[in-house]
Amino acid sequence: MSDKPEESGYWAANIRIVTWCLVIWAIVSFGFGILLRPLLSSIPVGGSDLGFWFAQQGSILVFLGLIFFYAWRMNKLDKEFGVDEQ
Amino acid sequence: MDQFTLNLIFVGASFALYIGIAIWARAGSTSEFYAAGRGVHPVTNGMATAADWMSAASFISMAGLIAFTGYDNSTFLMGWTGGYVLLALLLAPYLRKFGKFTVPEFIGDRFYSPTARLVAVICLIVASVTYVIGQMTGVGVAFGRFLEVDNTTGLLIGACVVFAYAVFGGMKGVTYTQVAQYVVLITAYTIPAIFISLQLTGNPVPALGLFGEHTASGAPLLSKLDQIVTELGFNEYTAHHADTLNMVLFTLSLMIGTAGLPHVIMRFFTVPRVADARWSAGWALVFIALLYLTAPAVGAMARLNISEMMWPNGTQGEAVSVEQIENEERYAWMATWRKTGLLGWEDKNGDGKIQYYNDANPALAERAAASGWTGNELTNFNRDILVLANPEIANLPGWVIGLVAAGGLAAALSTAAGLLLAISSAVSHDLFKGQLTPNMSEKNELLTARVAMAVAIGVATYLGLNPPGFAAQTVALAFGLAAASIFPALMMGIFSKRVNNHGAVAGMLVGLTVTLVYIFLHKGWFFIPGTNTFTDADPLLLSIKSTSFGAIGAMLNFATAIAVSRVTAAPPQEIQDLVESVRVPRGAGAAAADH
Repeated sequence: MSDKPEESGYWAANIRIVTWCLVIWAIVSFGFGILLRPLLSSIPVGGSDLGFWFAQQGSILVFLGLIFFYAWRMNKLDKEFGVDEQ
Repeated sequence: MDQFTLNLIFVGASFALYIGIAIWARAGSTSEFYAAGRGVHPVTNGMATAADWMSAASFISMAGLIAFTGYDNSTFLMGWTGGYVLLALLLAPYLRKFGKFTVPEFIGDRFYSPTARLVAVICLIVASVTYVIGQMTGVGVAFGRFLEVDNTTGLLIGACVVFAYAVFGGMKGVTYTQVAQYVVLITAYTIPAIFISLQLTGNPVPALGLFGEHTASGAPLLSKLDQIVTELGFNEYTAHHADTLNMVLFTLSLMIGTAGLPHVIMRFFTVPRVADARWSAGWALVFIALLYLTAPAVGAMARLNISEMMWPNGTQGEAVSVEQIENEERYAWMATWRKTGLLGWEDKNGDGKIQYYNDANPALAERAAASGWTGNELTNFNRDILVLANPEIANLPGWVIGLVAAGGLAAALSTAAGLLLAISSAVSHDLFKGQLTPNMSEKNELLTARVAMAVAIGVATYLGLNPPGFAAQTVALAFGLAAASIFPALMMGIFSKRVNNHGAVAGMLVGLTVTLVYIFLHKGWFFIPGTNTFTDADPLLLSIKSTSFGAIGAMLNFATAIAVSRVTAAPPQEIQDLVESVRVPRGAGAAAADH
C-alpha cells in the first residue's frame, strides 16, 4: 500500500464518509428540527409532532449514532488500507 | 437537620473528594501536566470532557431558558451537542495524530508561522478568559445562595478551590477530578428529574415522560402544557415563534463554537491512540446526552408545576392567594428565593391574590378587565434559579436540594478549571516557550504555566466580583469568537493543502475582528453600556443577533483564507507532507513537546 493517503484512495473514502455523515447531521438538526418542521407536523409524537421531537431529543440521538458509526467505519477503513496504528 | 447544614455536608463532601483526587494525582513532568501522560482511557476521557463541557450554563441555566420559551430554545440542545459531530469527524483524530499539546502549536506548525501561532494564542486567551468570567460569576452566586454568605465571599471561596486543584494537579488532577465532578453533577441533575417525572407522568425516565401522559389529566403532558400556557396568554410551548434565520445561525454558531473551544479540543490530545480519539468524542457525547435529553423534560415539567402552583384552582379559577404563598409549606421556596432578589411578586391590584399571566397579550385584556387585574403579579422569575429551585418547587426531600447545590458547583468549577488549563498552557507553552524564551527549562515552563493560571484566576475573579452585567452575552461572545477564529483555521489546516500561512493569519484576523466589531456594535464597545449603535431586537444585518454572528464570522474566515492563499505561494513541500501524515493514523507516537 502507498504511504500517500491521496494516491491509495484512503483519503477520498474518508471524505465520502464524512460528507454523508454531515449531510445526515444537517438534515436532522437544521432540517427536521427547524426548516422542515412544517412537513413533519402531521406526524404526532406524544402531545406534539415529530419536528419538535427531533429538535429536543431526536437530533441528539442521531448525532450519537453518527459519531459511533464514523469511529467504527474509520477504524475498519484504516485496516483495509493498512494505515491503522500497529 | 436544617437545610443549611445539609447543603454544607453535600457541598463539603464533594469538595473534599475533588481536592483529595487532585493531591493524589499531582503532576510531575510537563507532559503529565498538560496531557496526563496520555494514559487516559476513551470512556474516562469522555466523562471528563463531559464535565469540562457542561458548565453552569448547561446545568443551571439551560432548562430554565427552555422552560420559559419552549420549542424556540431547542437551539441550545442541538447546538451544544451537534458540535461534537464536527469535532469527531473533522478535528479530533487528526489533532491526536499530529501529536502536540496545544491548539496554537498545531496552527503554528501547520501554517509554518510564529505569527499564526501568536494570533491563535490571542484568540484562545480572549475566548477562554471571557468564558471563565461567566463561570466565576456563577460560582459566586451559587456559593452565596447555598452557603448563605454574600456573593463576594462565595466567589473568593470558589476561586481558592479552583486554584488549589487546577494549579497543583495539572491535567491529570483535573481529568480524574472531573470524572468525580461528572458523577456528582449528573446524579444531581437526574435524581430530582426522576422524582418529578414520576409525580407528573408515572414514568421514571424523564426523557420519555416528556412525551408521555400527564397522570392527573389523562392528556399528553405537552398538550396539557400548551393548553395551560396559552390560557395564560403565553406563546404555545411546542410551537415555532422565533425568527428562523436567526435560529439556524445561532444553532450553527453554538455547534462551530463547541468544536473550536480550546479546552474541549485539548481533551483529545490526551487519549493513547488515534482510534481512541474517534471513540472519545462519542463517549463524551453519551455522557453529555444523559443531561441534554433530561433537560427539556426538566424545563417543561417545571413550567407546568409553576403554572399549576400559581393557579391552584385551574387557569379559569382563582389565582393563588398571598396568604397561601406566605403560610403553606409547599410555597416556602418562593419566600426563600425572594430573599436572593431573583424571584418577586407584588399584589398590584390589592385583591389578596397573585395573578400570573402575560399582560402584553391583548387576548387576555378582556378577562383582565372583567376580573380587575392590573398586570402580571409574578413580577420577577429569573431563569437561572429554575434548576436550583426545582427540587423545592416539587417538594422533594432536603438531601436532594443539597445534592443539586453540589452538582451546580461541580458544573461551574470543572469548566472553570478546564479553561484555566487551556489558558495556562497557551501562555507558558505557546507564548513563552514557543516565542519569547525558547530555551526555558521544563521546570520553568511548569512554573510559568502555574503563574499564568493564578493570574487568569485573579483576573476572572476580579471581573466576576464586579460583573459587567452581561453574563449570558459573555458566554455567547466566547462561542462566537471560537467559531469565527479557531475552528476554520484547524479545519483548513487538515482538509486543505493549499491554504498557506498568509491565508490562515488573514482568515483568523478577519473572522475575529468582524465578529468582535459586530458584537460591540450591538452590546456596546468593550461592553460599556450606551455605546452600542444597534440592539439585538433590531440588528444591523437582517435578523441576525450578535449571539448568532459567530457562524457568519466563520464563513468570512474560510472565504478570506482561501482567497488570500490563491494569490500567494503554495505551502512548501514539507508542510504538504505534514498534512499527508496527519491524515493517516499510522505512525502516531507519543506526542512530544517541541524541544
